Amino acid sequence: MNIIDRLEQEQLRKDVPHFKAGDTLKVHVKITEGDKQRIQVFEGICIKRVNSGLGSSYTVRKISGTVGVERIFPLHSPSIERVDLVRVGKVRRAKLYYLRNLRGKAARIAEKRTA
Amino acid sequence: MINGLLGKKIGMSQTYAADGRRIPVTVIEAGPCTVLQLKTVGTDGYDAAQLGFGVKSAHRVNKPEMGHFKKAGQGAFAFVREFQTAGTCAVGDQFSCDIFKPGDRIDVTATSKGKGFQGVIKRWGFSGGRASHGSMFKRRTGSIGQSATPARVVKGKKMPGQMGNQRTTTQNLVVVDVRPEQNLILVCGAVPGPKNGLVEIRKGIKA
Repeated sequence: MNIIDRLEQEQLRKDVPHFKAGDTLKVHVKITEGDKQRIQVFEGICIKRVNSGLGSSYTVRKISGTVGVERIFPLHSPSIERVDLVRVGKVRRAKLYYLRNLRGKAARIAEKRTA
Repeated sequence: MINGLLGKKIGMSQTYAADGRRIPVTVIEAGPCTVLQLKTVGTDGYDAAQLGFGVKSAHRVNKPEMGHFKKAGQGAFAFVREFQTAGTCAVGDQFSCDIFKPGDRIDVTATSKGKGFQGVIKRWGFSGGRASHGSMFKRRTGSIGQSATPARVVKGKKMPGQMGNQRTTTQNLVVVDVRPEQNLILVCGAVPGPKNGLVEIRKGIKA
């Protein structure tokens, strides 16, 4: 294994759950204000995942009030306390950009049935 | 002690700061470097230490070179450069990347990647002309001076020519991490030159 791969390997987080676009996630983000640290939870639908080693990221979309909010999280960032997989969605796309044009009932995603 | 080291650029990667920020880093394999010769004010007019870096097999080295390397007694070296000294050092001393520590400011010198003969847009960032609507002025230089006065092109005028493949220094880069067991230095930001290229790392003059 080359030097860069080894460097990146040791920084990868092993505690990230397996999830895909369409899944509902609860992302617990560490927020530092001055010398105090607290946890903020961002819950929404994962609309996209970028798989690129240490640079991997995912986008979570939620409707806050009436406004759609999207946040991009680095998958291996140490500033993320943990990610909870709330619901596994059944979707037929890898990137759910179409959700941006939908509101309310139309923007629902069916839950994946496991046998 | 010594003010700098020779190293090999491994490539770029990223790392995370304690607050979760992503930091782009260049990985450099720095040292170990051996002092081959000491230059002094008395004999040479200046103080410096000549460092050797990289393995060179003995049959590639000619006799005069081998005689020079033998004084340090650490085998033959592929690259030899001079660095300023800081404090005392002796011929045969070895320096590794632990002369730097995280947070240090360093200057990195290397031969930049060659881009060949390039026009003014790529080489100097000229904006060029309009591409369509019958434009006959697309990526051209434009005027390079006035008429009868001064009746010549001023020296240093930005024009097309060879780009890259020249000695370049990037100043004031921050050391993010030092790993002495692997001889690695992680530097925030980009460093001139190709992967596996020779780089000279010096303590930053602006630090």
